Amino acid sequence: MAEPQIHHLNGNDRRPKVLMLNQSPTFALFPSLFTQKFRILKAWESEQPLDQFLAKHARSVHALLGDRHTVVNAELLQLLPALRMVTVTCTGVNQIDLAECRRRGIAVANLGGAYSEDVADFAVGLLIDVLRRVSASDRYVRKGFWRSKGDFPLGFKLGGKRIGIVGMGKIGIEVAKRLQVFGCSIAYTSRNKKPSISYPVYSTVQELAESSDAIILCCGLNDQTRHIVNKKVLSALGKEGVVINIGRGALIDEKELVRCLVGGEIGGAGLDVFENEPYVPKELFALDNVVLCPHRAVHTPESFQASAEIAIANLEAFFSNRPLITPVTND
Amino acid sequence: MESIGVLMPIPMNSYLEGELEKRFNLFKLWTVPHKAQFLKENADSVRAVIGNSSSGADADLIDALPKLEIVASFSVGIDKVDLKKCKEKGIRVTNTPDVLTEDVADLAIGLMLAVLRRLCESDRFVRSGKWKMGDYKLTTKFTGKTVGIIGLGRIGQAIATRAEAFNCPISYHSRSQKADVKHKYYPTVVELAANCDILVVACPLTEETRHIINREVIDALGPKGVLINIGRGPHVDESELVSALVEGRLGGAGLDVYQNEPEVPEELFGLENVVLLPHVGSATVETRTAMADLVIGNLEAHFLKKPLLTPVV
Repeated sequence: MAEPQIHHLNGNDRRPKVLMLNQSPTFALFPSLFTQKFRILKAWESEQPLDQFLAKHARSVHALLGDRHTVVNAELLQLLPALRMVTVTCTGVNQIDLAECRRRGIAVANLGGAYSEDVADFAVGLLIDVLRRVSASDRYVRKGFWRSKGDFPLGFKLGGKRIGIVGMGKIGIEVAKRLQVFGCSIAYTSRNKKPSISYPVYSTVQELAESSDAIILCCGLNDQTRHIVNKKVLSALGKEGVVINIGRGALIDEKELVRCLVGGEIGGAGLDVFENEPYVPKELFALDNVVLCPHRAVHTPESFQASAEIAIANLEAFFSNRPLITPVTND
Repeated sequence: MESIGVLMPIPMNSYLEGELEKRFNLFKLWTVPHKAQFLKENADSVRAVIGNSSSGADADLIDALPKLEIVASFSVGIDKVDLKKCKEKGIRVTNTPDVLTEDVADLAIGLMLAVLRRLCESDRFVRSGKWKMGDYKLTTKFTGKTVGIIGLGRIGQAIATRAEAFNCPISYHSRSQKADVKHKYYPTVVELAANCDILVVACPLTEETRHIINREVIDALGPKGVLINIGRGPHVDESELVSALVEGRLGGAGLDVYQNEPEVPEELFGLENVVLLPHVGSATVETRTAMADLVIGNLEAHFLKKPLLTPVV
């Protein structure tokens, strides 16, 4: 693919170098947006083994562009002594050793709220689907059962349900804003109390689950939130309770969730993420009160365009010595 | 009231049946082998008929029941009731408005999300094991899409309120422009269709609105447009809709109702841009109970000579 020539002045490529270890959907969709401004070093296209490729560029690479599959750990950082900035085209940063980056003075930027609307839309879609059995009854119709077996069993009303949001960040706020209008009441739990938010807040996910008809997981995955939805929380949620996960699979003890769903101990689940993607527990395939999606909450062209724009804005800010646009904070 | 004969032509809801049996002499017509004969034999006992979206009271049935006083429909739409004939004969008609408004509006939004974000198709993708072989593709963003609503009654307004929470601009068409409504009005359905991304049918079925979604409207909505029907099957020219979807001239459809339920055009079964539901707009435990209570309430009011709760005629 021919690179635009405008930045080749006097035969010198003046574009700052940006390292990429793996191809990301954002880059794949909008490569020229990036290559117009940056010289992208594509490790996955090199014939050299990774450590040799990195050694070649070790002294001159100051920025890394990654996504949720780009693991940034101490071993990698050791090979990139000149690295000063990491930007990822995703919201979650559980794949990045943030402490190690801080120690080395490496700034980290994610996408801020670029994906929030699409993810919130997906969460609401999953909740309606589970309660109203949308996917299950669509299956029923396509199998010809409406004609041969009669009406599909009744679903459950969304209006008036108590929704518990786990993690009231940018995504949680968008979910709450949408569900309020359906006549749902909103409560939440969050790492940091949000004084500007007026919904009732609970100290633990278990207490939230006890007072909710459905919980929606909108928080990041870290050491504190791994398996935050466990046996006790599922038990608190109860026989008619629903869990919606658009965060990370490991937020839920998946084995326990499957056991509860198969045993009828909780009411249903809408899952876009799993502990070991793309493997999804087969026991769930027979259930009509479960909706299973292949980690696609974010995946619209609009989200990827927004993510390209923010990643580029962060890279430009870094290379101009300005503050990053969407630095990862402890928020 | 145990001697009052109430006719239920088809099964609708076991809670409703139970409540009717407690109070009246309920004739469950679907359990009878020779329906026509049964009707003849019991005609003089039947003072009430229970209707729903698929079974009402047409001229023939009304003529066959000389003692009929009230048709209480277990639905809000009463297109299957011959209202003109009922008016002529002084037969009262009731329906179940308001209690199902939220469920139907919720489902309309659920259909929009399911179609645009391919929820059902993604679920199929996972269950078939295909995810192990590769990722699912991109889908279409819902937030910010323009939603055009045909009929801005209770259900239409509830859909508008919900869609607005997703920053969707709202436009509408109805018989006349509404003075107190801030949304953009279009005097024809074709203009509405040409200027929205998602077109929702939310009006009653009448002679005027039959096939309100025709070839011209479908063409105006176009290859990126999506049709959502939570009204009645006959609102849509179904064969035009099917060929438009199969040929890619319409972007997608979320359907809860069909021309001839429970028949659903099989050509749609293989399409990934379509969601097909078996008329479940009000099909929740909570709402069907509320609807049943309203049917009972209307019947009791009538036979106790009190004002009807939700009369149509």
